[in-house]
Amino acid sequence: MYLKKLALAGAVSLLGTTAFAACSYENDVPLKSLTAGFEAWKAVTDAMAECGNFQAELDQEFRTKQPAAFEANPSLYHIGGVSNGTVTPLLNAGTIRPLDDLVAKYGQDLSPNQLIRVDGKIMAVAMMVNTQHLMYRSDILADLGIDTPTTWDEVFAAADKIKEAGVVDHAIGATMKSGWNLAQEFVNMYPGFGGAFFNADNTAAVNSDAGMKALETMKKTLDYTDPEVLVSDSTYVQQQFQQGKIAMANLWASRAGAMNDENESQVVGKVSMAAAPIAMDGGAPATTLWWDGIVIATNITDEEADAAFRLAMEGLDSEMVTANNEAAIWLVNGYQPGPLAEGAVATATANPAPPAYPSTTQMGLLHTALGNELPAFLTGDRDGAATLAAVEEAYTTSAKEAGVLK
Amino acid sequence: MKFKTFFWFVAPSVFMMLLFIAAPLISVLIQSFQITQPVMQQIEVETCTPGFLTQTCTTEVKTVPVIDEATGRAQTTTEWVGFQSYRNVLQMDKVWSALGSGNWGKILQIDFWKALRFTLMFTLVTLPLVVGVGLMIALAVNNAAKALRGPVIFISLLPFIITPVIGSLSIYWLFVGDGILTATLERWLDRDIAMFGQAWTIELLMYFYRVWHVAPFAFVIFYAGLQTVNMDTLESAIIDGANRFERLRYVIVPHLMPLIIFIALIHLMDCYRVFDEIIGFRSQAHVISLQWLTFDFLTPDDAGNRAISRAAASAMLTMVGIVILLILPLRRTWRDHKGGAH
Repeated sequence: MYLKKLALAGAVSLLGTTAFAACSYENDVPLKSLTAGFEAWKAVTDAMAECGNFQAELDQEFRTKQPAAFEANPSLYHIGGVSNGTVTPLLNAGTIRPLDDLVAKYGQDLSPNQLIRVDGKIMAVAMMVNTQHLMYRSDILADLGIDTPTTWDEVFAAADKIKEAGVVDHAIGATMKSGWNLAQEFVNMYPGFGGAFFNADNTAAVNSDAGMKALETMKKTLDYTDPEVLVSDSTYVQQQFQQGKIAMANLWASRAGAMNDENESQVVGKVSMAAAPIAMDGGAPATTLWWDGIVIATNITDEEADAAFRLAMEGLDSEMVTANNEAAIWLVNGYQPGPLAEGAVATATANPAPPAYPSTTQMGLLHTALGNELPAFLTGDRDGAATLAAVEEAYTTSAKEAGVLK
Repeated sequence: MKFKTFFWFVAPSVFMMLLFIAAPLISVLIQSFQITQPVMQQIEVETCTPGFLTQTCTTEVKTVPVIDEATGRAQTTTEWVGFQSYRNVLQMDKVWSALGSGNWGKILQIDFWKALRFTLMFTLVTLPLVVGVGLMIALAVNNAAKALRGPVIFISLLPFIITPVIGSLSIYWLFVGDGILTATLERWLDRDIAMFGQAWTIELLMYFYRVWHVAPFAFVIFYAGLQTVNMDTLESAIIDGANRFERLRYVIVPHLMPLIIFIALIHLMDCYRVFDEIIGFRSQAHVISLQWLTFDFLTPDDAGNRAISRAAASAMLTMVGIVILLILPLRRTWRDHKGGAH
């Protein structure tokens, strides 16, 4: 499968060099980038590589490498790929530079929506949005006469019918691998019940009514999922979909394209996207909004930064988007939202809209605390109230260590 | 050997040990009593995030580190905190209250004690199995026809050659939800099997994997040992009417005893640091080990925080655990050694 992908990537990049007249200029400054490794980043870095003298590193573990690599002087990479979750340590350490001058010089094609401003300064350029939303087998739901679920209660009702009909192994798939993924499920569900993560004084506020409801909804999901759901990450859920083993999942929009990948998927054209289900009446879809984009390192020369930004703009141009329209929900001009984007668009434009994932130091700490403490609740070792108390306690300990709490 | 010769002979090795073992150990020990944290300030920040069509900007008070103008890095302070990090890892207050209320199960909800329970059990359960299985393979090979020995040795050594994390991943892929073995078993037994759905099956797989992986090591050592068994003693035992089991019990095992102690020592040290299985089997939800706990403390989250002090404390506690475990077998070796000297 991996070889096939490689071959495909090779073929696509070959196509690229001939079909759309490669790069508009010749890059003569050696540049390096460190980004995540999913489809959209492959497309962007391939487009950048056409200008020459560019080395892309695509690594799903980028989040652990990036802060240290950018803190080196000179920085080990010129261009970084970040999301609103992973930009925090770079912003905090001041290792990424303001881009206002460079945007003025090279950013004519950028839309204002793409410019990530922190305190008035442009610190990153977003290229795509991402969110976890409802993906479902439209053929199965149509066969069983089920309307597209819009709330979690409807999801469970639909799951009951699917389970009864026995058409798939498990009615629901979920990204509940213990650690980051599981914590993210809670981070999605909790604001859906109207919960706030922190009090004004930085103490955690998850031990609340909304927290209990979020936990109960998560536990209810387990009735319909694979018993091994606590080891399943996004890729695993994507494969379960592709192999026709599940009928519904609240999965990342960046995984939607894979459903119609004929090399991998047995359900081409059968998976539809809808807004993330809402958790309570009048609430926002129970999910968080994410963006992915590029940043430029501080610890490099101005010439390098200039070349790096120019190259990044070449990678984020509309030619690249036209060639890879289905790879992501692009923010770049020229993107044509297809049926795969329907769910993400519906989620982002819902009223009230779901919150963006908060890029704060505290959120990183709370995310870790959730990832470590929630499994005990889902395995039944501990009740909900004790679990939320344990989450807050774990957060307090690490927040004191990190200096955000006195 | 002259002292000077001896000194120059071991000097490079002593130097390396000081540099790569003693120095880091001391540094970790110091770090376990310190906490280094950035100086934080609260500032009001306006952040804009893209929606699908338009941006939403929010102004909020954020806690961010103070950047030092001169160095361009975050200012940090380092404080001596005594046993604070150890207290945070051990959480003794909860342990005492759990003991006091008679609700012992609650202790196992604390990460450290949960990890310690598994680590100890893993070490002590696999130890006799590794020694036993290793000895059985060695005896089997020793009694096999000469022509067969080569291939049998080769095959039984294979598990030991595999990189541990690759080996555990292979087991994971074989037994996970739709893995080859699970799918076959499911078809055969006509029921749904989820080996990674609950703690006890994961633990069983871990024991199985570790024994499978390490038994060849024990086998090689025992096989070498078997070649030196005194044939005269064995023959006289046969003449005395000792059966197979009695010969094993009274002649072979006593002869191999120093080797058994040696394997036990190595195995205790290795097993107490169990780590690959946790990562390979993705068992964090159900089963964690002490080494994994240290790793987890060290792994930065999305915001770049890592709990270095607690990681240092948990690493020191792991070392103390290994030392305690090794005391028994080491005392025995020491006694034998002294006995031999007389």
